[in-house]
Amino acid sequence: MFQDKAEVAKYEALAKELRKEILDMIYRTKSPHIGSSLSMVDLFTVLYFKILSLDSKNPKNENRDRFVLSKGHGCATLFAVLGKKGFLEEEEIKTFAQDGGCLGQHPNRDIEKGIEITSGSLGHGLSVSAGMALAGKYNNANYRVFAFLGDGELDEGTVWEGALFSSHHKLDNLTVIIDRNRLQALGEGEKIINLEPLAEKWESFGFRVKEIDGHNFEEIIKSLESVPFEKGKPSCIIANTIKGKGISFMENDFRWHDKCPDEMEYQKALEELK
Amino acid sequence: MPGRNGISKSFGRIKMRKVFFKNLQELAEKDKNIFLLVADLGAKFFGDFQKIDPKRFINAGVAEANMVDVAAGLAMSGKNVYCYSIIPFLVMRGLEQIRVDICYNNLNVKLLGAGGGFAYGAEGITHHAIEDIAIMRSLPNMTIVCPGDAKEAELLAKESVGYKGPLYIRFGRDFDPLVHKREIDFKIGKGIYINKGTEVCLIVTGTMLHTVNKALDLLKNSNLDPTLISMHTVKPLDEEMIIDCAKNYKAIFTVEDHNILGGLGSAVAEVLAENNYQGKFKRIGVKDKYCSLVGKTDFLLKSQGLDKEGIAQTILEEYKGNQ
Repeated sequence: MFQDKAEVAKYEALAKELRKEILDMIYRTKSPHIGSSLSMVDLFTVLYFKILSLDSKNPKNENRDRFVLSKGHGCATLFAVLGKKGFLEEEEIKTFAQDGGCLGQHPNRDIEKGIEITSGSLGHGLSVSAGMALAGKYNNANYRVFAFLGDGELDEGTVWEGALFSSHHKLDNLTVIIDRNRLQALGEGEKIINLEPLAEKWESFGFRVKEIDGHNFEEIIKSLESVPFEKGKPSCIIANTIKGKGISFMENDFRWHDKCPDEMEYQKALEELK
Repeated sequence: MPGRNGISKSFGRIKMRKVFFKNLQELAEKDKNIFLLVADLGAKFFGDFQKIDPKRFINAGVAEANMVDVAAGLAMSGKNVYCYSIIPFLVMRGLEQIRVDICYNNLNVKLLGAGGGFAYGAEGITHHAIEDIAIMRSLPNMTIVCPGDAKEAELLAKESVGYKGPLYIRFGRDFDPLVHKREIDFKIGKGIYINKGTEVCLIVTGTMLHTVNKALDLLKNSNLDPTLISMHTVKPLDEEMIIDCAKNYKAIFTVEDHNILGGLGSAVAEVLAENNYQGKFKRIGVKDKYCSLVGKTDFLLKSQGLDKEGIAQTILEEYKGNQ
């Protein structure tokens, strides 16, 4: 039973700081994808501050856990958290989306900086993760692979090819985390391409599935600490989230997929994150 | 009698892919870092491979895009990965994965494509490959090798293992006789002179080599003695050799079982144009048209003017007509 209120308070505070940084990065550079980045924050907080075995002083350690951001458009969150974990310097984060900068609006593979894959085109991350997990199994290595996917991304057929492959090869060192915010670029996911019943789909593809509230730290911790859910099967966490989480007027509004706040909106958002 | 590595000493008909995979298999027995992924095709080549270590031989099923990305993940984890399928499925279905995950990240993945040109004959348009070299040429970091005969395939298998970065190997017709009858100095990126003649130079890639070699006899009857080069590596192209050809020959022809747009002919033309070549130049290949005829490889090649008679005739018309 998870009851450490102080720990939860710590994550809440961290998540708030991350949201401020994400807002700043995106506002400053007139970048898209703030809504998609904000729904991921609480999951990333737990992943990076509690779950993943990573060390910025030894980024190429072969036994490191692999965190694969498949929904590359949410990379502001990744960069913000990598900054806090010592993989990225503040000065480097300031170059986000700038001419000659080292961080673009979609991430490029750079192991020294903690970025495992190049993403931005959806539907690649799970299959690449499966290759990493397969190598881990072959090497009898202890590292785990976490593939972080958007729910709109599940429209891509290659995700399901990757799912078939992962369960066939019994990759229980692989966990798929789905950011189920139910909104994609042009509207409500279920109205664009219906994914439900989603948990049953992943179950039937050979995964062991848990559905959680992706903003409830206790649930996030409990689920991530208990992977693999079943020996011999890859795990899938469907994290029900809110697009734009933490900034009231962005929450559950698909337009914030690619809209950037203007100055008034930025100030209002800052107020809410105080 | 079959010799070592499956090459027949009597220069009979031998399978190019068989030679390649036999050699790769021998290397994989010693090197446990080598993985081979296939997309549910090519069973007849891989039986023994599986016996060595089934964990390193993976049939990824009929899902090429996934196979390419699994290969990327393995390569990111330090493995030396070979991926095999029929060219259009491997190159075109898996293209974006090849681009983003393999080429951009410059990974050690070898893509083995079967069926260059019309090698799949009557199996039809879905299996023909006349665009793949052009597609692969446009990808930064990609190396493209089209072995011309089983000897080249054998040496390529050996060199490929230590090769760094993405490598596309295009297999063509399997049963053509050996062209190289002596030991050759094979090196990725270096063309090979097969015949040194005068006035005219023929630059060929892949298994058109045998056909063009036969066309040489016809040309000799017409008092032409062209030089013949096996340009197995289309990228990076052996520019030095082409510049030498530009200096030494009045006419240069390229021959390929590929669209004349974007393949070997285009690559050679780029070098010639930038080096102010003043001689006659002609690309012989598929003239930017799909071939909807039904028939075996020889029939289809003939329909495109890519049999030995057609090639000889084009060369004679273009060269003599130019004089």
